[in-house]
Amino acid sequence: MSDTHATETLPGATPVHDHSHDAEHVAKHVKGYLVIGGVLIFLTFVTVWLSYVNFDELIGGHGWNFIIAMIVATFKVSLVGAIFMHLKGEKWTIWRFLLFTAFFVAGLFLLTLLNWGDPIFGTRHSTH
Amino acid sequence: MAAPITSNAHDDPHAHGHDDHHHELGFWQKYIFSTDHKIIGIQYGLTGLVFLAFGFLLMTVMRWQLAHPGTVVPGMGPVFASLGEFLKQHPLQDNTFDGWFWLRAVADQFPGGVMSADGYNSFGAMHGTIMVFFGIVPIAFASFGNFVVPLQIGAPDMTFPKINMASYWCFFISCVIMVISFFVPGGAAKSGWTSYPPLASVADSAFWSFFNGQTLWLTGMVFNITASLLGSVNFVATIIQLRAPGMTWMRLPFFVWAQFVTAFLLLLAFPPLEAAGIFQLMDRVAGTSFFMPTGLIVNGQPAHWAGGGSPILYQHLFWFLAHPEVYVLILPGIGMVTEVIANNTRKPIYGYKAMVGALFVLAFLSFIVWAHHMYMTGMGATVAAFFQTTTIMISVPSVILITALLISLWGGSIRFTVPMLFAAAFLPMFGIGGLTGIPLAFNAVDLYLHDTYYIIAHFHYVVAPGTIFAIFAGIYYWFPKATGRLLNDFLGRVHFFGSLIFINGVFAPMFLQGMAGMHRRWYDGGKIYEGLSNATVLGRTGLEWNTVISYSAFLLGVAQIPFIINFFWSMWAGKKVGRNPWDGTTLEWDAPSPPGHGNFDKPLTVYRGPYEYSVPGADKDFLPQTEAPKTSEKPLPTTTH
Amino acid sequence: MEIPYTASARPDTGLYNAKLGIWLFLASEVMLFGGLFSGYLFLRLGAEDGYWPHGLLNVPVGTGNTAVLILSSVTIVLTWANLKMRNFALAQRYLLATILCGVLFLVVKLAYEYPQKFQHFGAFIKKDAAHEYEAYLGNEHLKERGMPPRYEISGHLEAVEVSLTGDKAALVTLAEEHGLEVVEPPAGEHGHALMVEGKADREKPADQKKGVSPALAEKIAKVPGVKIEAFEVALDPANADPKNPDNDRPHFLYRHATDKVALLHAKDVQWASSFAPKHSSYFAVYFTITGLHGLHVLAGVLVMVYFYFFGIEIYRKNPEHQANRIEVVGLFWHFVDLIWIFVFPIFYLL
Repeated sequence: MSDTHATETLPGATPVHDHSHDAEHVAKHVKGYLVIGGVLIFLTFVTVWLSYVNFDELIGGHGWNFIIAMIVATFKVSLVGAIFMHLKGEKWTIWRFLLFTAFFVAGLFLLTLLNWGDPIFGTRHSTH
Repeated sequence: MAAPITSNAHDDPHAHGHDDHHHELGFWQKYIFSTDHKIIGIQYGLTGLVFLAFGFLLMTVMRWQLAHPGTVVPGMGPVFASLGEFLKQHPLQDNTFDGWFWLRAVADQFPGGVMSADGYNSFGAMHGTIMVFFGIVPIAFASFGNFVVPLQIGAPDMTFPKINMASYWCFFISCVIMVISFFVPGGAAKSGWTSYPPLASVADSAFWSFFNGQTLWLTGMVFNITASLLGSVNFVATIIQLRAPGMTWMRLPFFVWAQFVTAFLLLLAFPPLEAAGIFQLMDRVAGTSFFMPTGLIVNGQPAHWAGGGSPILYQHLFWFLAHPEVYVLILPGIGMVTEVIANNTRKPIYGYKAMVGALFVLAFLSFIVWAHHMYMTGMGATVAAFFQTTTIMISVPSVILITALLISLWGGSIRFTVPMLFAAAFLPMFGIGGLTGIPLAFNAVDLYLHDTYYIIAHFHYVVAPGTIFAIFAGIYYWFPKATGRLLNDFLGRVHFFGSLIFINGVFAPMFLQGMAGMHRRWYDGGKIYEGLSNATVLGRTGLEWNTVISYSAFLLGVAQIPFIINFFWSMWAGKKVGRNPWDGTTLEWDAPSPPGHGNFDKPLTVYRGPYEYSVPGADKDFLPQTEAPKTSEKPLPTTTH
Repeated sequence: MEIPYTASARPDTGLYNAKLGIWLFLASEVMLFGGLFSGYLFLRLGAEDGYWPHGLLNVPVGTGNTAVLILSSVTIVLTWANLKMRNFALAQRYLLATILCGVLFLVVKLAYEYPQKFQHFGAFIKKDAAHEYEAYLGNEHLKERGMPPRYEISGHLEAVEVSLTGDKAALVTLAEEHGLEVVEPPAGEHGHALMVEGKADREKPADQKKGVSPALAEKIAKVPGVKIEAFEVALDPANADPKNPDNDRPHFLYRHATDKVALLHAKDVQWASSFAPKHSSYFAVYFTITGLHGLHVLAGVLVMVYFYFFGIEIYRKNPEHQANRIEVVGLFWHFVDLIWIFVFPIFYLL
């Protein structure tokens, strides 16, 4: 049955020729993968070190350690995503639904947290 | 008013001889552990129909209790009463297994043949769970999606046939677990289909840590969620990857679009419920307190939990799924109705592109409206205002969908076939369900109506005469494709008119009861409050309407008998038809009826949009998508690429 | 019948089926872990002051495990690169390295980190009794520093003091089954009838005492006629020296309990248990998320073991197909790594 899907008979489709994953191309990337691995491990130690610093005292306010640790973690995660998972240069089809997913996750986080931010007067047991 | 059924011109008697590589599979591989999307679709459909009937049965028992509180349930009551008498000789000892534990669980719900409050709660929770997760989603999404989508896009099968099979069997395991849960001490889950903690976290905890209704419910749901995850990955991948040559996005039948969006909803909305389920499972089994607040008192004793959790968290995670779930229930239905309406009005769908756009807007918004189910939790005004706004916004795309379908009827020469009858009835029924939801979007109104029968009526109008009618339309429409035989027309009409009349008899009075303030969870139908108010609605008190509703429900059950007879009788003795009994345009009608393994017996190329009916200048009133364009015809603007 | 685009990409989408499939699956996984993490954040922000602990996990071990997972991410991507370069033997070696990293991660988690938690003991003191335990909690000091109060006292449970209204025999049997003994407390010490402690613990130096496991303490409490009156706890550094500024935010190195022993009266204790999931919201989320993450690691390892032993046939038939399969399992594996990159700071460090 695969002949019904003969690739050259797809009207309206623009064939994408993708060379980025050819053998010689891949060989060039190997060194990059090692470097990124090194950077990630280095950043792990940076995260540990940062947690010893009390940013709330340095900056003033609350939760700075959390925010800074999350910024570092997000940077690490984007390295993993972009390089190891080849999201850099990935097809738009995949990007599109990943962006929606990211939006919905953000909605799940923020909208549930509204629950703490907007209590009916006198119903909260503690304040930060 | 007989339907004009024509046999198909290009029916090919040698259709099955084509596939040379076809080797015979044994019975088990062919019909039980099959990887063929059509068999899996039928498996899902049959399982779903069984559960739909089971869920209906639970409801009829509850309806008896509401109409005649405290009386012996006819039929099953005396059986359970004598069973209970017998079991008194074998009392339960220290929560240990004995030969009778599974019967005792059932008999305990009906002391003396009368439904107990626990039994009512249990049946109510399981009615909701079964209808939503084991009835409608498996049929509307998994069954029709599996059977029809690959055919409509011209694919030989799903992209991942083995995962597809795994999906069904995961679902099957979840079904088995849910059925077993009726037979453990304490009976099935009884904290509502929503399983709100802390009630759900403490319910049945006196019994074995694992074999109790609520824990089995959670376990079953984890399997159910896994099944729908595997299914929805498959659906999206299939629609993106396996469209036949020429099947561009704007040539997809609307049903495929609806399934595509539904699959995304399941894919992205179900996991937070899985997270909530895992949390609740931990609360019950490992003694954590995700949802257990500090200082909780159960039965006058401080609860043995560390505390510090939040029951609201569960509601957030639950409704993050369960609002998109509403669209999972309705979108495949709208998709099926669209196919049937286009085919039977013999004209293109009005506003195809607007409908597709509306689908996406609907899906997108459905992720940010969930907390309108939670106004009763006492959320703050800002949060409520946000969710009120998005909820009102989401009614716009819904109205676009139903308006487009209504306008599609205009000017058509409608064939009132049985599928079309159901599809036509779907429109006003879904309309009533949808429009009565608009007042509920507003916090202030919702606080009054939320725990009344008004809500019950509202969402049942959407899913019962809404989605279930769409499902019936789909069954009557695609039955000939699955079996090669038509369902009987006369029995179909009897089924339709019976269902239409009695389903309104069930749900319309609930609006009256609800607005009169009748609470929706009274297990005796409000009998203990009898005499407090003698206010009548349309000449009857709220309690008297209970009787009307209940007998309508019983008659609704009777009205399904012609369908059941028709279904099995027609499978063997129905009128044989060719490939295209309805003169349809979409690709599934190019395949043999029933299609063999691999679906199509010749290569396909798609040249036109999905609904080219009554094209000016064409020599027949429908042009299949595979028909190459001729110079004389003018392509329709809405359906060309 | 064959499904098209299993090994080669569909021209108009540029994707082969499995790649699209795994990304859809991962999108769903993002929502699953999103739900779990949002639960974490919701509970943490909603937690009462002093009820979200710091520094109860072993940071060096956690850091090591993070490095192991990152290393395995590098090796799996090198496996894929070598298959692309048609270098099967080297690819197999990298795949094996990835599998070993995964196994190492699991072993550390299951054989070292988790069991430790179940031996540790923590008790939340009732707020109205907290001032009596000021020497261990240091709330005056914390208040001066503008920090939230502390209500938990943790450490190694050395003994429980019980009062007895019924028969002693059941208690003695239970104790002896677990290598403990029931003794009279030193004369007039606390006025409780009996003590349950490790055999000959009195003669041993502090770091060799067997003590009572927290799970056993719960069993003792259930013996008919037995009531736990007090817990004797060898304190963790933070409770032993609560005024030391180093302990304001307890340090993230695992340390043994000190020699300092505190007596916690059961009537003052709101909730006590081992560092099991039921201990607090913190450990509940920790065990749930790391447990689920561990299941993902296990699943990845199993798939890779399968590919390691049965990949050769597919490679011979179509090397590109095998490279695709490794790419797909690699994507899953990177995702598992990616989740851990968030898990590590939020549980170990913050």
